[in-house]
Amino acid sequence: MTEVVERFGGSVRVRVLKDRLVRGACAGAALVALVPLFSVLYYLTVRGLAGLDAAFFTELPKPVGEEGGGMANAIVGSLQLVGLACLFGIPPGVLAGIYLAEFGNGAFGRVVRFCADVMSGVPSITIGIFVYALVVLRTKQFSAFAGGLALAVIMLPTVTRTTEELLKLVPEALREAALGLGVPKWRATLRIMLRTAAPGIATGIMLAVARVAGETAPLLFTAFGNRFWSRGLDEPVASLPVQIYTYAVSPYEEWHRQAWAAALVLVGLVLSLNILARVLVRHRVRT
Amino acid sequence: MDLVGRPADAGRVAFEREASSSRAPSAPFAGAPNGEHAQSDADAVASRAQTSKMRTEELRAFFGRSEVIRGITLPIPEKKVTAIIGPSGCGKSTFIRCLNRMHEVVPGARSTGKVLLDGQEISRGVDPVRIRRRVGMVFQKPNPFPTMSIRDNVLAGLRLNGLRPKDPASLVESALRRVALWDEVKDGLGRSGLSLSGGQQQRLCIARTLATEPEVILMDEPCSALDPIATARVEELIHELQSSYTIVIVTHNMQQAARVSDYTAFFYMGELIEHGRTDAMFTRPRQQKTEDYITGRFG
Amino acid sequence: MAQPVQSPSVPVSRAPSKRARGEGNVGDAVFRWLTAAFAATVVVTLLAMAAEMVGASWLSIREFGAEFIVSRDWNPVTEEFGALPFIYGTVVSSLLALAISVPISFGVAIFLSEMAPDWLRNPLGFLVELLAAVPSVVYGLWGIFALAPWMRDTVEPALREHLGFLPFFQGPNQGYGMLTGGVVLAIMITPTISSVSREVLRVVPRTFREAALGLGATRWETIATAVIPVARSGLVGAVILGLGRALGETMAITMLIGNRPEIDVSLFAPAYTMASVIANEFTEATEDLYLAALAEIGLLLFLVTVLLNVLARLLVWRVQAQGGAAT
Repeated sequence: MTEVVERFGGSVRVRVLKDRLVRGACAGAALVALVPLFSVLYYLTVRGLAGLDAAFFTELPKPVGEEGGGMANAIVGSLQLVGLACLFGIPPGVLAGIYLAEFGNGAFGRVVRFCADVMSGVPSITIGIFVYALVVLRTKQFSAFAGGLALAVIMLPTVTRTTEELLKLVPEALREAALGLGVPKWRATLRIMLRTAAPGIATGIMLAVARVAGETAPLLFTAFGNRFWSRGLDEPVASLPVQIYTYAVSPYEEWHRQAWAAALVLVGLVLSLNILARVLVRHRVRT
Repeated sequence: MDLVGRPADAGRVAFEREASSSRAPSAPFAGAPNGEHAQSDADAVASRAQTSKMRTEELRAFFGRSEVIRGITLPIPEKKVTAIIGPSGCGKSTFIRCLNRMHEVVPGARSTGKVLLDGQEISRGVDPVRIRRRVGMVFQKPNPFPTMSIRDNVLAGLRLNGLRPKDPASLVESALRRVALWDEVKDGLGRSGLSLSGGQQQRLCIARTLATEPEVILMDEPCSALDPIATARVEELIHELQSSYTIVIVTHNMQQAARVSDYTAFFYMGELIEHGRTDAMFTRPRQQKTEDYITGRFG
Repeated sequence: MAQPVQSPSVPVSRAPSKRARGEGNVGDAVFRWLTAAFAATVVVTLLAMAAEMVGASWLSIREFGAEFIVSRDWNPVTEEFGALPFIYGTVVSSLLALAISVPISFGVAIFLSEMAPDWLRNPLGFLVELLAAVPSVVYGLWGIFALAPWMRDTVEPALREHLGFLPFFQGPNQGYGMLTGGVVLAIMITPTISSVSREVLRVVPRTFREAALGLGATRWETIATAVIPVARSGLVGAVILGLGRALGETMAITMLIGNRPEIDVSLFAPAYTMASVIANEFTEATEDLYLAALAEIGLLLFLVTVLLNVLARLLVWRVQAQGGAAT
């Protein structure tokens, strides 16, 4: 026992006190970290609810100075952009993830995995520049298409790695069972492995969708914004995040009110996707 | 050592041909007690009994650089149960995985030599998927598809191959009846396959294999994850199936081999030590190693 | 039957050519190539990103060369472009964010992985992750109406009163500036750093902890002597990942940092970051050179974050490999 005391220094009382202090500090850190979350949620509820009315969901924005109006076009625009992002981002991501899980042990697989990891750390604003240079400069216009593509590029690495990780969790025995029945490998992968991993992959995709739904920076110079309805994918389109930004930095009281309402709607959407995803995971673990 | 395995192979083919004609009437027990004669004698028994459904010739299997099957020549008689026994690591699982091309599924795995099915070489030059439809497999751990119901599990082999059975309901019923699972599950065919007990799951897996109508069924220690009662039921089932299928079963349980099989092959360190009628082998092993193993002196 | 002539090295030498694959299923081959093609899109996208960024900034690279990153003049009217104020703003606000966030994040991670009672662990971890789910623009909005006034009226006066002798805490308290930007970044990177740290701590084998506890160490001594040293490089990796996020973070900081391209030692003063100047000015930039200069800032940001990510992943992988090897 004396040896132990020497090894860890000081009297037992001091050591226990130190232990308590550190424990308290760590618990305190957890509390401090959550203060902003609750503050944000509080403001959103109070100010957001105050700004929310039926017109918000059904009307177009009014010109500066006029009261009322809504963000119907931004809500639809956001759904459009996220839909496009899913269309462009999910199929390639899932297929790339299948490749990594099934054939990804070689050098090429390692390169792909590495690129996906690096890509997931690239700031979204630079992805905006990339899509601007790639699409907007060439087509000479801001468009929903460009915005959706930018969001898809953000989703791609997440979807790829999630698919890979979850496919790898499916027991190899299931593949063997299918192969043993005389099923070709590709069918075994798609119909058994992917099918079994599907709930988990769906969860990962939901989280990725939740993330891009709130992205603003890459849309600023791809989807741009639109005070009216967008009539096609080749036109600029409004979105909730960009609208929140525009309204928040404006000097108008009325716009601030609507920015809060929009933020409440956006956060409601994003958080419910997050919570739903997690509930699904928990449900799956239990069964 | 070398006396046991390899030299025997050299004279195998000629001997067998001779054996099937001239030596046919003589009882297998009359053979020499050891050495190459002993082995060939076992072959004689097999070939006299009937034609071989499958046969390996000089089969070698590798994982990377290590050779786990060292040149095995073994006939597998039609509509009989052949048990493969041996201490763990002797290559028995790898061997049967070579019989339906499952061996090559493992990265770095490869094989040489011949595997014949109805006299046709199947270890290369043909689509492994076709072979696996003719040579079905039941695995060590029951592995029903978790996303499928009991019914869909039975039909999985057909559906995954894009086939639509004309009368799926009766197909499901007959497959489940043959594994004696029908009465236990008929009221809950829509339930998940995972809701069954381990033994039921394994019988479901056998039903799933039967539904694809294979000619040969390979069983890789099918009872090792089951309790004694479930084991007994699967063994019973094997008995019933052997009238219509050629069965190869790998087991580490010698009593099981003795109970269910007509022929037994004893593997040791990737080599075939002895092969013959099960009753003969368990009562009068011709090789010292076999005797040591079945009397529990090693392994 | 003729006995085939066999050389002594038979199995190994002839085996590779016999590898059974060539005759495989056509569908399997198609499947493999198809998925490989999509896997390649990941690589191609990253390369295209680098190429497009270089292309877009080429004009500026040629015009200013290395001068670009050391010049502090940013004047679109006279077409003088130097990125130093933005680099300064990005680096300082990110370091500030780390200084605030790292102790808190480590505290959270240690609490969650080593101390929290089981019933608290999952809900708390979930809440911390929700912090990461709130969109950046919403933090910006909240910052404008909640954080900035609080900083202006409470935090900054207090800092000036107690630490006002330092040059960092002098000048008018405006609420919008480097300090507020740093705080909002800290909030946003805390979930990243704490969840990666938690993962890293989790892979430290249980036996290490038990050894220390068995010697009579307290919880904290166990963590300090047996857990943190093993996890150290992974924790550094977590910090670097957080730094990468802070550097590239755009909306919230754009809304709070004040957006003035000047280098001021006071943290109360407005500043500008690389991401913010792109967000604010990209659509206004009508001149080719202006656009190229903004793109070059984006390129710099891209290169720095890529490097940081590579470094961080290597560090985190190292701990995971060690943890994997030790268990």
